Amino acid sequence: MGYPHTSHPKETPVLSQYFGDPGARSLDGWKQRGGYRALEKALGMSPADIVNEVKESGLRGRGGAGFPTGVKWSFMKPGDGKPHYLCVNADESEPGTFKDREIMRWTPHALIEGAAIGAYAIGAETCYIYIRGEFTEPLRVMNAAVKEAYAAGVIGPNAMGTGKRIDVHVHKGAGAYICGEETALMNSLEGKRGNPRIKPPFPAVAGLFGKPTTINNVETLAAVPHILNRGAAWYKGMSRGNPKSTGTKLFSVCGNVAKPGNYEVEMGFPFKEFLYELCGGPLPGRRFKAIIPGGSSVPIQTVEEAEATVMDYEGFIAQGTMLGSGGVIVFDDSQCMVKHIARLARFYAHESCAQCTQCREGTAWTTRILERIERGHGTMADLDTLLELADQMTGKTICVLSDSCAAPIVSGIKKFRSEFEAHITGKRCPMGATAAA
Amino acid sequence: MGGGHAPGDTSHGDRGHAHHDAPYEPVFVGAVKDELTEILGRYPTKMAALLPALWIVQRERGWVSDSAMAEVAQLLDLTPAYVKGVVTFYTMYHQHPVGKYFVQVCTTSPCGACGAEKVVEAFLKHTGCGELGATSPDGRYTVIEVECLGACGFATPVMINEEFIESVTADKVPELLTQLP
Ligand SMILES: Cc1cc2nc3c(=O)[nH]c(=O)nc-3n(C[C@H](O)[C@H](O)[C@H](O)COP(=O)(O)O)c2cc1C
Ligand code: SF4
Ligand code: FES
Repeated sequence: MGYPHTSHPKETPVLSQYFGDPGARSLDGWKQRGGYRALEKALGMSPADIVNEVKESGLRGRGGAGFPTGVKWSFMKPGDGKPHYLCVNADESEPGTFKDREIMRWTPHALIEGAAIGAYAIGAETCYIYIRGEFTEPLRVMNAAVKEAYAAGVIGPNAMGTGKRIDVHVHKGAGAYICGEETALMNSLEGKRGNPRIKPPFPAVAGLFGKPTTINNVETLAAVPHILNRGAAWYKGMSRGNPKSTGTKLFSVCGNVAKPGNYEVEMGFPFKEFLYELCGGPLPGRRFKAIIPGGSSVPIQTVEEAEATVMDYEGFIAQGTMLGSGGVIVFDDSQCMVKHIARLARFYAHESCAQCTQCREGTAWTTRILERIERGHGTMADLDTLLELADQMTGKTICVLSDSCAAPIVSGIKKFRSEFEAHITGKRCPMGATAAA
Repeated sequence: MGGGHAPGDTSHGDRGHAHHDAPYEPVFVGAVKDELTEILGRYPTKMAALLPALWIVQRERGWVSDSAMAEVAQLLDLTPAYVKGVVTFYTMYHQHPVGKYFVQVCTTSPCGACGAEKVVEAFLKHTGCGELGATSPDGRYTVIEVECLGACGFATPVMINEEFIESVTADKVPELLTQLP
């Protein structure tokens, strides 16, 4: 099934198979669809065997960084006598990204099952699902599903009747993009301001409540039951020849495109076919102008670059950008790039936690300059200043929010320089987006 | 965050003060106290119950006053200054009373490309709020712009209190408002 559109025949619906099917939401409905068999199987395996299976599958983190999941899990040492924790990152706030929301709304038990398997594999008895506060419906659905799973004994002190304890708690965020950063999320869960922590120590050594912790994205964990049910080889087989990028990936598509929504394809799917066939191409009478393929934090692509891209971790890098969170933002020829880049900078300025000077000052300063250019008051020297500031903001801070602000600025000026220059020489937005004051 | 308040937060100052005269009634009594006790059982520290406790306050009172922060601080063995520091970090806790209907419209770039600004204008016009962050004279509405609501493919998403509405366009706004009780 699909949502809000029906699945395209070229999609490979694994995670999205039941999107739009309200029957999949309940515990019974989930079991009828094969749910919780993987958890049962997992609890009969050794944690090390589960970790190896996930390693073998090639699954990589879907939250943005693409770190191999099995390898991350292997950093945890079950039996070290310390409490371990699993955090589920359901903060989904990266502009352009709305896939975890659909997983939680339609298949809450897929997440609970994947999280329970993950918790067992890393030797954790407690798992916290941190959901952004604005996700009122996913929160309602997840809370109800957790309650049901406890009542049925699927999770709790005697999970699936095996005598193993797996507690799952939903924790509601309170509005802060930065809490999606893994250590900020842990601080927030602990009842603190969501400031990212200096690493090391890494979470596997000292994470939540100072204890060994693994954090995974919703989509990452939702894939795990399928891997256990059908095997690592099956999962690895869903790729178009690149062994480093395996499985299916949900891409959220938004902006100026005929059919926005979530699409699930095999790694390595051609981006051109994706944009024009699955997503229906541009709106009538329009042409695509720019694509940000991995959420707002990755470099902007020209249409030519996008059309030459294969959709996997390495494929996006080869075309000057990153897969990121898989949030595809499309701008067509009716849009002013200067305006959008200024607006994105404003987003990062608003969301900076302000503990690093380069980030706090850099996001605010670049926003001011970009908005000045947009209004027709910029100078050519401003472009050099922006690039210089972006350089200062990259690779120098506690987390990469600062780098994320710089990415669209640098790629935007490089690839759409003529639009910036037209604002400066014409002293107004040539597209009429903002008249000179 | 850094300066992460909703624009125009200060415009509620007067209404905020009006509440200071009445004696403070604690939030955490009876069933609400039990609810907090249950929540405390989920975490190894009391501090971890801070965000959930603040959510309860906002659900019960509509906003989080200094007195409520002091109550939460005492219950969780924290200082009021610490609690305030946390409250002000996050954007969703109201530090002043807001309209009966709190309207949040996403205006981040992806929604901006699909007409979010016009949706904001329509809300400001039809609610009588006039400006962002201000409450309408009848006390019914407060409208603010927010950053990405995680529903970018359903531009423009709007939240009215706990209700999440997808694919709002400017022309749908008047009808949306008349449907509110
Ligand atoms: C500023 C910032 C925001 C982030 N937001 C999210 C988010 O909303 N959801 C998410 O899963 N990961 C987010 N991440 C990535 C996490 O830090 C982390 O890499 C991820 O949750 C790990 O899970 P995975 O290995 O399963 O991908 C963010 C990172 C940064 C730097
Ligand atoms: S880079 Fe920005 S958001 Fe990240 S820790 Fe530093 S100030 Fe905070
Ligand atoms: S940009 Fe509006 S919901 Fe994401």
